[in-house]
Amino acid sequence: MERRYVQCDRDKCTGCMICQFICSAAKEGSFNLERSRIHVIQTAPHSVTATACQFCRNHPCIKACPRDALRTDEATHTLKLDKARCAGCGCCIEACPFGAITLDDSTKSVIVCDLCFNQGQPRCIEACPQKALSLYVSRRQQ
Amino acid sequence: MDSYSGKCLAVDLTTRRAEIRALPESLLRSYLGGAGLGTRLLAEWVAPGTAPLSPGNAIVFASSALAGTVAPCSSNHAAVTKSPLTGFLSDSVSSGHWSLSLKRAGYDALIVTGAAESPVYLFVDNEIVHFNTADHLWGRNSQETSEEIRRHLGDDRVRVASIGPAGERLVSYACIDDGYPLSHRGGAGAVMGSKKLKAIAVRGTKAVSVHDRRRLEEASLALHARARTAPAAKRGQSAMLDCLLAINRLGALPTRNFRESSFQGAERLGWEDTAGYRPLKTSACPSCPIACRHLLQVVGGPYAGAAATLDYQTLAALGPLCGIDDMPAILKAAELCQRYGMDTVSTGGSIAWAMESFERGLFTKEDTGQVDLSFGRADALIEMVKQIGELKGIGDLLAEGTRRASAKLGRGSEQWAMHSKGLELSGCDPRIVEDQALWSAVGLQAEPRDCPPCRGSAADLPANAASRNKAREDQAALFASLMICDQMSDCLQDFLSEAATLYGSATGVELSPVELERTGERVSALKKYFNVREGWKRTDDWLPPRLLEVTASRKKAKSGVLSEPKLKAMLDGYYEARGWTAEGLIPLKKVKELRLDDLPAMVKED
Repeated sequence: MERRYVQCDRDKCTGCMICQFICSAAKEGSFNLERSRIHVIQTAPHSVTATACQFCRNHPCIKACPRDALRTDEATHTLKLDKARCAGCGCCIEACPFGAITLDDSTKSVIVCDLCFNQGQPRCIEACPQKALSLYVSRRQQ
Repeated sequence: MDSYSGKCLAVDLTTRRAEIRALPESLLRSYLGGAGLGTRLLAEWVAPGTAPLSPGNAIVFASSALAGTVAPCSSNHAAVTKSPLTGFLSDSVSSGHWSLSLKRAGYDALIVTGAAESPVYLFVDNEIVHFNTADHLWGRNSQETSEEIRRHLGDDRVRVASIGPAGERLVSYACIDDGYPLSHRGGAGAVMGSKKLKAIAVRGTKAVSVHDRRRLEEASLALHARARTAPAAKRGQSAMLDCLLAINRLGALPTRNFRESSFQGAERLGWEDTAGYRPLKTSACPSCPIACRHLLQVVGGPYAGAAATLDYQTLAALGPLCGIDDMPAILKAAELCQRYGMDTVSTGGSIAWAMESFERGLFTKEDTGQVDLSFGRADALIEMVKQIGELKGIGDLLAEGTRRASAKLGRGSEQWAMHSKGLELSGCDPRIVEDQALWSAVGLQAEPRDCPPCRGSAADLPANAASRNKAREDQAALFASLMICDQMSDCLQDFLSEAATLYGSATGVELSPVELERTGERVSALKKYFNVREGWKRTDDWLPPRLLEVTASRKKAKSGVLSEPKLKAMLDGYYEARGWTAEGLIPLKKVKELRLDDLPAMVKED
């Protein structure tokens, strides 16, 4: 299955968090960095980068979910969450090697990048002033 | 009003009490936030004539309507206090994650008064305020303090603003390190030190809801796009060094304590010669498309490994002003200033004054601890920064700033103490750049990180120097109150209407460009009000005698002749343009016009 995700060039990333502002605004309707699907993280003393769901081939999050709330969506190449099933247990958060899944405290369900599939290209890529973000697409077969 | 929380947090360190108070909507509307709101609150919370380093002084951290949103360069805060360096108002703007946390903790302002008996640090966890002991942090630098607090609290979302050893030792120009070490001139760090307040840690996790998110996003993204094109994009990459070279070509680069105004070694500091150091990382404050923080690191040589963020003013003060053309040494000195937590411009100014005093024989090698304190000696610069930070040798005297140090030393050294109202002059020679003369003499607004000649075109500003200075000051006041970083100024085509759009979409309060302009003037007048209250006299608006000497060579050059009568005439024109009295006071009519009459009366009837 095709693998797609937002990738970040850490040499270009300045840590301005505009991607986080824009993501939370687009998805949650307010500027709330905690509820962003993409996060700026420090990788070394003088290195920052932004990470979002990398849509791993082996899907550790899906395997970890005890309630089968997560699945892959063939059409959009993203993870799909069944909110009714999600209990907010956080197993997927622990399993994610990129720290890309966040718990929404108010709804007790998890939030994860959906590549803004219904809005064309991901908003963060459009907004990044340093052009550090881009969409990675791979067609390698599993 | 959306975006604002309408609340301020008042902390009294003496009684260890914290209280959340409401901020009236009219106040927010009149002063917007940042420097304006901060000054207004300071005027309320500090009694007239309070000594800057006494418990009675307050330090106000003020956020803004745009902070915490995607509006460009908006994650700023202002720290406003009565300055130990000048005895007047000090409002300094800083930016970064701490500013963002303060806003997201749900406060438009944080007011700290009183003084603790033993070192403490505050932990503002959204609504909850903890007073934690800081005994174990006392004596440590800001970076260590920040790391230790975050490790102890176990959350990376905690952001820390702290003072270094210089603040603890009450160095008059100690600064507060909130992640951006080169901000806060005027000694706000010493005020924190006098309160035994080592740090303020903030965890802010709230959402910032704005009135019209789509409109704000649209306007912001358009400005982001503009910020990527020249000249703003250039500003991001090499502004500092280009600025230095441009000012040097203009012959306005203060050199060797303003004895000269061009520097032979400037080329060595330019981009052309990057031997000895390398760029390590360019980073940006939250929501900033420009990214002006260049972390440079020294490779090889005696200062290998030293790393510091430079801006133009730092470079000018630690470099040419002390006659130094050795970039690795400047980086080392800047790194040390950062470690101790001292303002680089005042540190450079004080050392340049000491260097001249040494060359004139007022200091001997015995005073300096066997250091040859001549201009251009890089090792001397670094040793002096250490002495100031440790209050050792003549460092104890230099830590007072050039005004008090020269008054203590006497013997004519006041003649080459380059300050205005005690604040060391910045890196642009007022003799050459007329605008800088008025700006520095009046000193109402904090200095931008670069200089007026480098600041885009002045086409839309009045031709008359006095009105131009008024317009520049009011615009700077508005920037500092709306809390849009001054780096953004080039990207705004029609500043007032664009600012009105950003403000309106964030808060839902539509202010017309005229109202915004009026607000800038109101904030400027308010600062003046505060200074008059604290004993300002017309003679305080003045420049050091060196800048007013009319020498034969200057006359011959036909440019840059600044003299006492000329400066006096400029000031007369400026007060008139402002609608103030000839003594520089604000007449009652003007007070009413600017709607400042809700403050206690202090201005005499005209």
